[in-house]
Amino acid sequence: MTALRPNGPKPSRLTVGRIGLYAFLIFSALFFLLPLYTMLVTSLKTMEEIRQGRIFALPGSLDFNAWKTAWSGACMGTQCLGVRLGFWNSVKITVPAVAISVFIGAINGYALSFWRPKGSGFLFGLLMAGGLIPYQIFLYPLVRLLANLSLYNSVAGVVLVHVIFGLPLVTLLFRNYFVAIPEELCKAARVDGAGFWRIFFEIMLPMSVPMVMVASIFQFTGIWNDFLIGLVFAGRDNLPMTVQLNNIVNTTMGERAYNVNMAATILTAIVPLAIYFFSGRWFVRGVAAGAVKG
Amino acid sequence: MQAKRRRSSAATIALLPTWIAAIFIYIGTMVWSVRLSFTDSTIFPSSNYVGFAQYARLFRTSRWLASLENVLIFGVLYVAGCLALGFVLAASLDRKVRFEAMFRTIFLYPYAMSFVVTGLIWQWMLNPTFGIQASVRALGWQNFAFDWIVSRDMAIYTVVFAGIWQGAGLVMVIALSGMRGIGEEQWKAAQIDGIPVWRIYLSIILPQLGPALAASSMLLSMGVIKTYDLVVALTGGGPGFSTEVPAKFIMDNLFERQNLGLASAGATVLVLSVVMAVAPFRYALYMRARRKGAQ
Repeated sequence: MTALRPNGPKPSRLTVGRIGLYAFLIFSALFFLLPLYTMLVTSLKTMEEIRQGRIFALPGSLDFNAWKTAWSGACMGTQCLGVRLGFWNSVKITVPAVAISVFIGAINGYALSFWRPKGSGFLFGLLMAGGLIPYQIFLYPLVRLLANLSLYNSVAGVVLVHVIFGLPLVTLLFRNYFVAIPEELCKAARVDGAGFWRIFFEIMLPMSVPMVMVASIFQFTGIWNDFLIGLVFAGRDNLPMTVQLNNIVNTTMGERAYNVNMAATILTAIVPLAIYFFSGRWFVRGVAAGAVKG
Repeated sequence: MQAKRRRSSAATIALLPTWIAAIFIYIGTMVWSVRLSFTDSTIFPSSNYVGFAQYARLFRTSRWLASLENVLIFGVLYVAGCLALGFVLAASLDRKVRFEAMFRTIFLYPYAMSFVVTGLIWQWMLNPTFGIQASVRALGWQNFAFDWIVSRDMAIYTVVFAGIWQGAGLVMVIALSGMRGIGEEQWKAAQIDGIPVWRIYLSIILPQLGPALAASSMLLSMGVIKTYDLVVALTGGGPGFSTEVPAKFIMDNLFERQNLGLASAGATVLVLSVVMAVAPFRYALYMRARRKGAQ
């Protein structure tokens, strides 16, 4: 991605056009922020306040009970354990899935760009085609396959599926990164007697730290935000946070605890949002790199 | 010679897990599913082949037909909406505004979140008894109506709305980085000719963003056919099945309604439509690369 530096002449003074431009930007910013604001204020209200129906009004007093309930007491069917379990499930799924898929992606990219063993062009084409195909066609046979391997309804099974479905993207990212590195580097190391793995661990992996960052952020947010794979493969005890959240909000009996629901929603969004805010530049690079996928 | 062979075998071994995944998972499970679509499988897979009967049944199912119509409406409006809003936001930010980084952060943050989260947020905002409608009525406009989410005819547009809110920032980032790659000279030339700024963006900048916008629309379109969690969280496919989408139809028939054959037929149709949509695009890219190579 190119540096984000503005083009065009520097505006000298405030004109009607400039005022209109800022008005548009501020209006747009409000549109994008409104849902986040609404969630936040709703989560801090009591149910009595919510029943008054003023969704955008500030809460009368700060009431953090909804947050406590969301974390450790919200009900999913008859179980009232909050999103806490889902949070830890998501961590248990996301961390190994990201680590393994990024590592395999780095190896793949390295092997595909510097070594090109027989059939590797075909493999790459296959992966790219696979990355475009809707998951629904893989799901049922994959469920049967994992059941036969005793991996169905387990964290390991979900991690495996995430790794498999992440292959196209991570491989593409690393291949494009390594292709831009001069081949002489690899050749020189080979002349010096270094083998496939030594070149990878001592030269290529340290060189690819920026891409490791981009791929990790991209995979982390993608896997944390996943719903479908967690729903199908995790099993009741290992449901990730997104699935649990949807169950809490959309299957409650009686009056909905909107404040608890919104607190739970924020809790689910908080990890990817934190990544987005703290890794801004890298996240944008990841998004832009992902766009190359087409 | 000996050493060389050993080295290349290490590369082959390193790619082995990926080979296994590509052949057994990507190809193997797909073939398996396509085969199931020609059987009368219900809860368990059966090997009783019935030809295209499941496909015929699929296209007689009103819920499937509704889901196709919905995904078409959603897809066209969502991609067009994200492109339009994303481009306008990028062009605005390109005008050397103050606090550009802050605006960029605000426009992109929804993209970092799960579709489930987006769906639930908007479900709350669009709730007629508590949400935007109730708030505007409380301000005095007693007849104000914004109850799309509970209306059979309008609910699909709430899905579009939430989708654009989530995806416009992506286009903004890609378009903005494309705009920053366009040279200063073109700006100077256009301004000497006295062309207004909005015309420059529309007639000079926009055509040059072709590849960037093509990549964005490709990325967004891929999301369209996979759309599942947004609908599940926002409307659950309702009211009735007015926001049903193919991905959800297939999931319901696979895991709840136990129509394995029918669901597999649906999934096969979905894959075929992706192939048909992507093939011309790929072919164009391939031909362009070949022409470039020939020059």
